Amino acid sequence: MRPLFWRTAVALLVSISLSGCAASLVNNQAEVRPMHSINEFRDQRFSEVADPWEGFNRNMYRFNFYLDRYLLVPVVNGYEYVTPTFVQHRVSGIFNNLNEIRNLSNSLFQLKAKESAITLGRFVTNSTVGLAGMFDPATKFGLARQDQDFGRTLGYWGAHSGPYVVLPFFGPSSVRDTAGLAFDSAVTYGIYTAIDPFGNTGYPLALGAAVTTLEGVDMRHQQSFRYYESGYPFEYYMVRFLYHEKREIETGKHLPAE
Amino acid sequence: MYLRLLLIISCLVLLPLPCLAADDGYGYPIPGAYEATIMGTPASLMPVFPAKMRVRQLELDVLHNREKPPVFFYDKGLRCTFAYQKQKAPLVFLIAGAGSNDRSTKVLTMMKALYVAGFHVITLPSPSHANFIVSASQSGVPGDLTEDAADLYRAMEAAWQKVSGDIEVSSFYLGGYSLGATQAAFVAKLDEERQVFNFRKVLMINPAVSLYESVTRIEDMLKQIPGGPKKQGIFFNKMLSKFSEYYSYGNFVSINDDFLYSIYTEKLFSHEETAGLIGLTFRINLAGMIFASDVMTNSGYVVPRNRVLRPSDSLDDYFLVSTHLSFFDYVNEYMFPYFQKKRPGLTKAAFIESLTLRSIEGYLKSSAKFGVMVNENDFILTKSELAYLTQLFGEHTKVYPRGGHLGNLEYKENLAYMVGFFQDKEVQP
Repeated sequence: MRPLFWRTAVALLVSISLSGCAASLVNNQAEVRPMHSINEFRDQRFSEVADPWEGFNRNMYRFNFYLDRYLLVPVVNGYEYVTPTFVQHRVSGIFNNLNEIRNLSNSLFQLKAKESAITLGRFVTNSTVGLAGMFDPATKFGLARQDQDFGRTLGYWGAHSGPYVVLPFFGPSSVRDTAGLAFDSAVTYGIYTAIDPFGNTGYPLALGAAVTTLEGVDMRHQQSFRYYESGYPFEYYMVRFLYHEKREIETGKHLPAE
Repeated sequence: MYLRLLLIISCLVLLPLPCLAADDGYGYPIPGAYEATIMGTPASLMPVFPAKMRVRQLELDVLHNREKPPVFFYDKGLRCTFAYQKQKAPLVFLIAGAGSNDRSTKVLTMMKALYVAGFHVITLPSPSHANFIVSASQSGVPGDLTEDAADLYRAMEAAWQKVSGDIEVSSFYLGGYSLGATQAAFVAKLDEERQVFNFRKVLMINPAVSLYESVTRIEDMLKQIPGGPKKQGIFFNKMLSKFSEYYSYGNFVSINDDFLYSIYTEKLFSHEETAGLIGLTFRINLAGMIFASDVMTNSGYVVPRNRVLRPSDSLDDYFLVSTHLSFFDYVNEYMFPYFQKKRPGLTKAAFIESLTLRSIEGYLKSSAKFGVMVNENDFILTKSELAYLTQLFGEHTKVYPRGGHLGNLEYKENLAYMVGFFQDKEVQP
């Protein structure tokens, strides 16, 4: 699944950069200075976020828009159409429960005893009573979900976010959070290889691919954000700002006083 | 012992929002106009809607062969959201408020309430939204109520044409909120001439009587921030640190409704700061409109004339510049000169007066199809404008004691009134 996914992604990416060349119009008329320009204003920008690779990021943002529009959203819509809401919730539950492993390992990395205990309690409860995560009795028992990831762990131990990065498929991120995502994925992959859940089925590859696909579809299904849906010309900045601030707040970083 | 118990109970009773409400039989809880505007309606006081509805988004080619600059590559047509019934039903067009698109929370809530009551619904973006400017505005210069109404009407015709094969419609209705409400009046007037829809009833929720006057009041709110609107970035970042510090010290699990609600109960932001934040939200929306319009018309207002922006180009400087321009800048330097060129002899006073409900009051008075929902403490209206609406629409005016500007729009009682207005068979022209 993964190689196939990336092959599709790269093909799309190449076609976009080519179409970009074709689309840029040639304008022969000289540019005229606008009535208002940046020089007349002395003010801070809304939440300054380091974004030295903005050109690349914007292209990636655009790539995700097309990926969504021509592949993921139609697939998700089809999934939502054929699957009863009840089943959709159960599927999300199973994957969310598996993600508790990520939450737990990172709570532990941050030496957060109470949070780790809660997450462990959730995982055990929902895996058993909750039928492999299909249901979430833990929340009803007062064990609220504690989302964690390795990006937050790095932030917790003092790593700054670094420049803003827009990743293909995964979307808004930062250098630190990209490293975190890679680490978390590696851990998941390691566990998966060690357990080898489909090893005895005779079709380990096909089943593995099916599960990964379903996971991707469920991920996009749970995420209501759609690229450029706001239609706001400065959406890129709003998303960048919201992502950055959310992560800063989650990792307990404060804005420097002005 | 009893005394202590009594004390605890009275504390508990005082806490939940509904109990803060004045004893006037109206259950919307937030008394302050600014607070209501920002907080909206608490989720527990909204109606519960079914999870699945027959809804799809339309992308309309309203202006055929419209050339779109590469920077708007993502704009594939005017987006309208369409909710439809299987059986024959009335169709309601809803116009979103200033800067909002067809998927803004408020217009979608209205859509759901009407859908559940058995209507087909089509929501339209505000003519001040970039999507409308790029895909549906003939001139590319939004703000003139008469021209915006013509654009809206064309968009509605395109939407109707697109869906008319799929649904059966018994009659047409029209609604809007905020700027969209004022525009609805102008669209209804145009409909009397064009007679494509023959709207049976038109509902205006929190309309502006005078566009210019209402925006002046919102712009004034920005003046309350330290250093004035030119220092909005500093103000915003200060509010942001306040917000994140409050979050870190408060032991919250995540940024959820409880957290946001506690910002309100703990009065994290002062009255002036709340006003500043509303003004800033307005400016952020306005910036999108200014930029989109400038690019579409190649006017050289904030983007150099003849510059072709590519999809990967940074727009950061344009963002800062556009948010620092006021509505008055837009009118005086951009919009009024444009219309003056088009209509020689037009004075500014006459132009501003044309952007009011007063300019079509003869028609509004003569028609019985209108209904208005307003809030006594809506800051975009003065006392005399509120009185004017009451006098203009008489018994078709519903005045709520609070709710600020649109804060109570999603409150179940308000939605029930809205649905009832369209359902009511008695008050027909």
